[in-house]
Amino acid sequence: MTRFNIIKRDDLPKKREWIIRTLAILFSLVSAGLVILALGFDPLEVFPGMVTGALGTEIRLTQTILKAIPLIVTSLGILVAFKMNFWNIGGEGQILMGALAAAYVALNVEGLPKPVMLLLMAAAAMVAGGIWAFIPAFFKARMGVNETIFTLMLNYIAIKFVTYLQYGPWKSPESQGFPKVATFPDNATLPKLFGIHIGWVIALILVVLVYIFINHTKKGFEIRVVGESKETARYAGMNISSVIIVAMLISGGLCGLTGMIQASAVEKTLAASLSGGYGFTAIITAWLARLNAIAVLFVCFAFAILLQGGSYIQISMQIPAAVADMLQGIILFFVLGSEFFIQYKIGIIRKNIPQKEVA
Amino acid sequence: MEGFLAATVIAGMPLLFATTGEIITEKSGLLNLGVEGLMLMGAIMGFVAGYETGNPWMGLLGAILAGAAGSLIFAFLTITLRANQVVTGLTLTIFGTGFASFMGKSYVGLVVPQTIKDFFVKIHVPLLGDIPFIGPVFFRQDVFVYFGYFLVVLVSLYFYRTKRGLNLKAVGESAASADASGINVMVYKYVHTCIGGALCALGGAYMSLVMMSVWVENVVAGRGWIAVALVIFASWNPIKAFIGAFLFGGLSILGFRLQSMGIHISQYWVDMLPYAATIVIIILSSRKNKKENQPPADLGIAYFREER
Repeated sequence: MTRFNIIKRDDLPKKREWIIRTLAILFSLVSAGLVILALGFDPLEVFPGMVTGALGTEIRLTQTILKAIPLIVTSLGILVAFKMNFWNIGGEGQILMGALAAAYVALNVEGLPKPVMLLLMAAAAMVAGGIWAFIPAFFKARMGVNETIFTLMLNYIAIKFVTYLQYGPWKSPESQGFPKVATFPDNATLPKLFGIHIGWVIALILVVLVYIFINHTKKGFEIRVVGESKETARYAGMNISSVIIVAMLISGGLCGLTGMIQASAVEKTLAASLSGGYGFTAIITAWLARLNAIAVLFVCFAFAILLQGGSYIQISMQIPAAVADMLQGIILFFVLGSEFFIQYKIGIIRKNIPQKEVA
Repeated sequence: MEGFLAATVIAGMPLLFATTGEIITEKSGLLNLGVEGLMLMGAIMGFVAGYETGNPWMGLLGAILAGAAGSLIFAFLTITLRANQVVTGLTLTIFGTGFASFMGKSYVGLVVPQTIKDFFVKIHVPLLGDIPFIGPVFFRQDVFVYFGYFLVVLVSLYFYRTKRGLNLKAVGESAASADASGINVMVYKYVHTCIGGALCALGGAYMSLVMMSVWVENVVAGRGWIAVALVIFASWNPIKAFIGAFLFGGLSILGFRLQSMGIHISQYWVDMLPYAATIVIIILSSRKNKKENQPPADLGIAYFREER
């Protein structure tokens, strides 16, 4: 008779851990390929198409990096909250509120030199994103209100609110009835460095800062402790409410900054579609990076290839770009499943039924 | 007024199915945040199956299979492989959204066949439909709505009047004790997660097949998340879910009503109402301390027999 028994592993060599994860991603690509095949497309055409569509030429590579920037900054924000076991899925709303505040500054403050203007916009965006995250954090800290639903509902409210502004009070008179907010003046757009707006520099700096914050500061340590066990944190005399609120201000602030970057450098205006799903994709990338800021950089670049590749095959092969969303889901399914094989060992127990009575 | 309330019943139907489905899932101790994704998978597969065959039963079956398959992925990852339930649920939503949008690309703007429209035509229930006020609101609806009423009764009886329902409660409250008393915890969790997922998917299919009767991208528009909140509002009770679903159904169509009454509020503000009300509800529910209003004690915790 054969039975399985499952034992928790004490420790697995880092190398084996990464082999398991790589296998998981390979399996996910194979099964995604099967899904694509079942839906009537050729995966051997789709996958290479996505890669060349994302990296094939300099223009496409630029597009990929442009998608990686908001993803990295948002993922860092999500990471700070997730480290604390606070499920901030309100990234979309925080991005939009950040963009809204940046747009308000850009369109209403006049005569500032470019660096001051940009700093002011960034500050406004971080405050707005922070406030949008503070609301659920406050209720979570004080009353234990479920933050998952709260942050998500705030997404919808932010989208409706920005849409309202775009179609109503903020509609530009110059747009001839087309629902569009006025374009930002030149001193409110992020400058370029090596052909790409300097959001990439900001993203790289933030990766390092968030890494240091989480791993080498007292607040970062407190966030990790609260995430692992509220009881331990309480026992150690930490003020859990304040940890939650500070972490969420940072989380929302970073998402808000994404909004400012997108509004200033990419859209050059405020639009309800500006958050572009980055708030959700960042949940996946942050988790895949195992909530490690350095890993976020690489995972986000890989996902930017996926996103850019998805929109490329939509144009070149008439395959819906949503294939990229599906792929993201499938990859994460496999990686989530693979964690089991990292944490547990499966042994096979063979029970030998004795043949003869022992005399 | 009767017309508005009758429309409220219809608008509440997807919420009722999704909320009831999620209650069944959560009763077994699993927090599936993939409701939005499951509804979308049900909406598209129901639409595709219904559109291609012209048969309403095939449409409903397509939705049920999609929902069961989607929640089976969730069940396998969280029950057998003990993955984090919150992240797995979110992933299911992201996957389902992508799946629906991918599958639906070539169906955008296509209209449901007449055979299906005929199937979901309003039926005047004899006697009950003639009761003043109640009749026009509740008993001159389509067959799906009647199934919804039936579902509430059925699930309530199951939860509170059967041995299996009691076992289910034990599994959700303390999987270890249930296991020790000989209940097959794994089977209970798997079966109820899949039934719950299938019901969520049916809610989605109602939106695409009956309410819209045309495929539009992202038909569900956050209702899956409202359903997750309604579970808390209903404190895991299907009858309260019924009330909650209609309250929110009403809020979601209030905009049209106000406009027809000549009250001009921006559509976008009215659109915010269900979401804002959801926030109010989860805040208020967090203040409830009554014992019967608490979530299942083991909700969100993976059960690991060897660690017992």
